[in-house]
Amino acid sequence: MTEDDRTKPQATSTDMTGIDGDSPLPGGPPTDAPEVGEAAEEEVREEEQIQFGAEAGLQTGGTTGQITAATGGDVPLHQASLWGDAWKQLRKKPLFIIAALFLVLFTVMSVAPGLFTSQDPRFCNLSFSVDRPSGSHWFGYDIQGCDYFTRVVYGTRVSLLIGLLVVGFDVVIAIILGSIAGYYGGFLDALVGRFADIWFAIPTTLGGIVFLNLLGQRGLWQVSLVLVVLAWPTLMRLMRASVVSGKEADYVMAARALGAGDWRILRLHILPNGIAPVIVYATITVGIIISAEAALSFLGVGLQLPAISWGLMISDAQSRILTSPHLLFFPAIFLSTLVLSFILLGDALRDALDPRLR
Amino acid sequence: MADEGNGRPAPERDVILKVENLVKHFPLTQGIVFKKHVGAVKAVEGVSFDLYRGETLGLVGESGCGKSTVAKLLLRLEEATSGSAIYDGKDIFKLPRKELRALRRNIQIVFQDPYASLNPRMTVGDIVAEPWEIHQGRMGKAERRSRVQDLLARVGLDPDHVNRYPHQFSGGQRQRIGIARALALNPDIIICDEPVSALDVSVQAQVVNLLNALQSDFNLSYIFIAHDLAVVRHISDRVAVMYLGKIMEVGNQDQIYDRPTHPYTQALLSAVPVPDPAVRGERKRMVLTGDVPSPANPPSGCVFRTRCWKAQEKCAEEVPALENRGFDHPSACHFAEIERVVPV
Repeated sequence: MTEDDRTKPQATSTDMTGIDGDSPLPGGPPTDAPEVGEAAEEEVREEEQIQFGAEAGLQTGGTTGQITAATGGDVPLHQASLWGDAWKQLRKKPLFIIAALFLVLFTVMSVAPGLFTSQDPRFCNLSFSVDRPSGSHWFGYDIQGCDYFTRVVYGTRVSLLIGLLVVGFDVVIAIILGSIAGYYGGFLDALVGRFADIWFAIPTTLGGIVFLNLLGQRGLWQVSLVLVVLAWPTLMRLMRASVVSGKEADYVMAARALGAGDWRILRLHILPNGIAPVIVYATITVGIIISAEAALSFLGVGLQLPAISWGLMISDAQSRILTSPHLLFFPAIFLSTLVLSFILLGDALRDALDPRLR
Repeated sequence: MADEGNGRPAPERDVILKVENLVKHFPLTQGIVFKKHVGAVKAVEGVSFDLYRGETLGLVGESGCGKSTVAKLLLRLEEATSGSAIYDGKDIFKLPRKELRALRRNIQIVFQDPYASLNPRMTVGDIVAEPWEIHQGRMGKAERRSRVQDLLARVGLDPDHVNRYPHQFSGGQRQRIGIARALALNPDIIICDEPVSALDVSVQAQVVNLLNALQSDFNLSYIFIAHDLAVVRHISDRVAVMYLGKIMEVGNQDQIYDRPTHPYTQALLSAVPVPDPAVRGERKRMVLTGDVPSPANPPSGCVFRTRCWKAQEKCAEEVPALENRGFDHPSACHFAEIERVVPV
């Protein structure tokens, strides 16, 4: 080892420190200079504020805490949140706005149908049976001579309620079972997975026909129950897949290294990052469930008269498609619009809820 | 280990973490219903080292040599197959749940990928304050916000950015956030798992210098895992060279870089680019042929023998222990000899 031998590594070391701008910044206390200088280029403007704060606020060669105090007061804190940012992005999407407006309209229609029509959906006059649409009665009359617009408006409630009820329950089931299966894996995963497979194997319409035939009475709750049972496996699998990929993330490792428990890791780290596809698919599923209810009612195993539902109306209309097409057209167009609105909403949500796409 | 004449102040000789015979085998199974044990990936195979208080121990080696597994084992993110790691008089691997939680405060980690190590749905303020959420009572709720801002300032970030999300920061800035999170509980040891490999070279230097500055301020001990020998040289007091789950050679900076005795260390050093055209052609290049053998089926005897130009029959029969072989630092080679590789 001669002196010569030593020069090289030290030169390398100096090079590395050199990049970092170790020279003290003007005005800044020497101890703090390296950190302030280290911030990346894009932060130069803010850096200057810090330096300024340091110059103005400290003559004491003080700590970084004092720098914080010096700048903290002047700069208004930028508030941001996931949903806030998502909302900002959604507002710019015309398709989202259209879908949202339709959904608001349908929601108001189901909560307060009286706002749209002054008539009673069950007040019928047989002398108007299957009259065509006219200026005073836009949608015409059905076979019983009831105002068809009123009946279609009143039918919104059942469709929307079943759609939201079923998906609401299924999302809860999916989150609970999917999290358990995905997070703990092993035997629990296999158990939940095989149980889901059994239900997944049953086609929705066929299963609906079989189960609803077994139930004597078929009202809103019975139809919802059957659809809940038939629809949960897809959402559960989606949740499980999300959790499986999420639990390997480095930030989950970091939380575990900090000593976080399973509940905290699931609630704060895995679910918020894994729930987006479930929310998106759930929104789309609302549409699917609404059409499934209509299909079951159409097939005669769903809701029963005197319930007012689009599915029942379409079912009644089927034998008169050629003579009175308006009986099919109006409930069908409402049904399609509602289903499409949910699907478009789900699509827009998918883009907005992923901060990585921003 | 002698620590003579490298110009650095000798670190305190107070062992803070003593790792002995650390082994991790990942089982290989076949079959779906009836799992059959068909072997094991021997990721870590008998690693021993001491970490002194206030020092930086560099852990270098190729991808897949078990560096990151060592990190995960020491944090109990993976369970060790066997071995011990004594911290504060207790074996980390045998700690019951409750004491393990307390340990978490004292050993922290900084990850390689700053894009994956921060929860994209949490604000920077929440990320840095999470350690106090988990270890209630360490920091009052009222003080947290200002303490978070102090920490952000300390790692060179604008304290007013507490409400921003990770995606609003650059890679180097995110790595600083990760460092701030690791510092929150005032740990004794920070394991840096390739903390700068994913960063630009200029940013690497900034982060390494930040780590250096924090070390003296917080009296930290680092285990610095990397595959970049230049970075390791810059930050480490001592360096351990790993190959296929084993430590090949340990020594201080000068011992490893100027007087390497293990052929693998020599080969690694010969691959380091030297930014000086004057020495071009002077240096000896040792190009290793072949690939790293599968850790599921490592070679008998010395694991490096399949790629070693010195290999003889003895190497296949006898496992070379990591011990002093007449030089000033231990080496796991039967035919250890000093060979200067980097023309310094």
